[in-house]
Amino acid sequence: MSQKTDHHVILRVVAKPLIPIIALFAFYVQFHGDYSPGGGFQAGVILAVAVILYSLIFGITPAMRAVPPVFTRSLAAIGFLLYGGVGVWALLMGGNYLDYDALFNEPPGGHDGQHYGILLIELGVLLAVAGSMLSIFYAFAGRVTEIKDEDW
Amino acid sequence: MMEWILQMVPAWAEAHAPALMIILPLMAAPLCVFLPGQGRTAWLMTVVVTGLCLLLSLVLLAQVRSVEGGAIISYAMGGWAPPHGIEFRIDALNVLVLMLVSAIAFLTSIFGWPTVQAEINEQKRAMFFGAFLVCFMGLLGVTSTGDAFNLFVFLELSSIATYVLVALGSGRDRRALPAAINYLLMGTIGASFYVVGVGFLYASTGTLNMADLSLQLQDVGGNRAVQVGFAFILVGLGLKAAMFPLHQWLPNAYSYSPSFVTAFLAATATKVAIYALVRFLFSVFSLEYIFEGASLAMILAPMGIAAMLACSFQAIFQTDVRRTLAYSSVAQVGYMLLGISLGTAAGVSAGMFHLVNHALMKGALFMAVAGVVLTYQGTRIHDFTGLGRSAPWTMTAFAIAALSLIGVPLTAGFQSKFALVSALLDSGWWWAAMIVVFSSVLAVIYMGRILEAVFFRPPNNPQKRHKEAPLLLLLPLWVLALANIWVGISGSFVSGLADDAAAALFIGGVK
Repeated sequence: MSQKTDHHVILRVVAKPLIPIIALFAFYVQFHGDYSPGGGFQAGVILAVAVILYSLIFGITPAMRAVPPVFTRSLAAIGFLLYGGVGVWALLMGGNYLDYDALFNEPPGGHDGQHYGILLIELGVLLAVAGSMLSIFYAFAGRVTEIKDEDW
Repeated sequence: MMEWILQMVPAWAEAHAPALMIILPLMAAPLCVFLPGQGRTAWLMTVVVTGLCLLLSLVLLAQVRSVEGGAIISYAMGGWAPPHGIEFRIDALNVLVLMLVSAIAFLTSIFGWPTVQAEINEQKRAMFFGAFLVCFMGLLGVTSTGDAFNLFVFLELSSIATYVLVALGSGRDRRALPAAINYLLMGTIGASFYVVGVGFLYASTGTLNMADLSLQLQDVGGNRAVQVGFAFILVGLGLKAAMFPLHQWLPNAYSYSPSFVTAFLAATATKVAIYALVRFLFSVFSLEYIFEGASLAMILAPMGIAAMLACSFQAIFQTDVRRTLAYSSVAQVGYMLLGISLGTAAGVSAGMFHLVNHALMKGALFMAVAGVVLTYQGTRIHDFTGLGRSAPWTMTAFAIAALSLIGVPLTAGFQSKFALVSALLDSGWWWAAMIVVFSSVLAVIYMGRILEAVFFRPPNNPQKRHKEAPLLLLLPLWVLALANIWVGISGSFVSGLADDAAAALFIGGVK
């Protein structure tokens, strides 16, 4: 690493402590989604931003080493499956698709299903959005020019 | 047969069939990321999922037809009752389109493996099938949803997956990339127009559920905001359906995307958009509004006729078989729009009948072309010369579908064009009927050029003898070709479905 010699050293030193705070803030937005504006979409983007900032200041290769593209792609798929899976769970418990009330077969008046249902789904959204954001970022940033003139 | 299906199927599958049709491809798509085996397992799963969806659509058909005049199946997503929650609403109109889309998806995904192996990079194959499943799911969703905004979401899901699929044709031809970008820009504009239109309707009525919208609109009447909303929706969906002056994205997208994608899209994507258009024209809005009657007669009919003429002429001057077929697709959309623009049950029925038949013939034609791309690596008419001798099975099926496209008696195309001409004559549009016949003559010319090269010219390379497409490709191809003949000889089953579909719109239906 040539960190000690290059002129971005101040930028790196200042930006590095921000990354865990950004990641933490993502989860704050995520879990506060129940009570205030926020939720999976915003949290997913903020979480992805933490990694994107890392790759902006340290380069795309170390970022890809820390958070490999295979992982981000799987993360997106897992989030998607989690969201859909909650719906299938409701289906298996005898309700309609995504009917949170059916999740725990509660007596009338119980709201655990609604509560945990939305929590799981927001988690699915978080993973899917963060994964897709990073996959898109890697796809653009990690791109090498490959279109030759004669291809056109 | 319908009762037999209902007896065989377990009750839960019957009750949740509208949702299951979406859930199966929805859950299978992300799984593709994890499947090993360079896409082979993903392909197998795609075949299984599309096959199951086809079965589910038959279950829905049996349910709809179990009641005289067509039942309406309503499914409340998440247990939230409509009109506040998202409703899936299946009636005689969209069950026809659901069956069509899933049948075509099943057949194309069977034939897809050899062409995907040849055209798609090994690492991308599993993801390719994932994108295909998302596209398929989106099309099914557009067809089955009863919520105007939900329709937009599904429309965008299927479109975004389609852009990816078209772009993946870049492995074979780099021009797929500009084609995909062009399609992306046009498609996004279309979707935005649609959503702006829905916004206007929401502002005037306060509801997004289609059945509820049609009720509320009766009270609101045709005020300016509703008219603007109508115009936006007409243009937006017209863009997606490749209505005549808005069709520029289609020829390139069909010519350069992977063969598998072309066969699937040509038979389904524009059809679903036309379905959505019909849904808005006749069940959300109704002919009671003066502006709608005017726009049918002043916009849809002239645009349909212009498509039939201009794009048929353009098809004649193409040197590439896929481009010829793509321009012909726009022309055929013209026939459907002309039938719909009559505003009568007979006209809409003829339009829907032609929609199904066109899917059958274009599916078969593009599959046959895919077979040629696979074995001879060329799509110009020049590359097709003499193939009647070296690949007789592929080319016979191609010829059957081509005759059906022209509208030769005993083929599907004849039945639906006959229905269209009778509907036109019933309404006194004899001049339009003559244009339909004239446009069919143009189809004789552009398909005749290809058939002449295929069957009556010697192969331009005598060494390429008897190189047939693989069996996996021939089977679905022949299923579609025989379906063309079957519909052509006894068209009563499909035309009966189309009649039911039109009846669902004009008598009660969503209301």
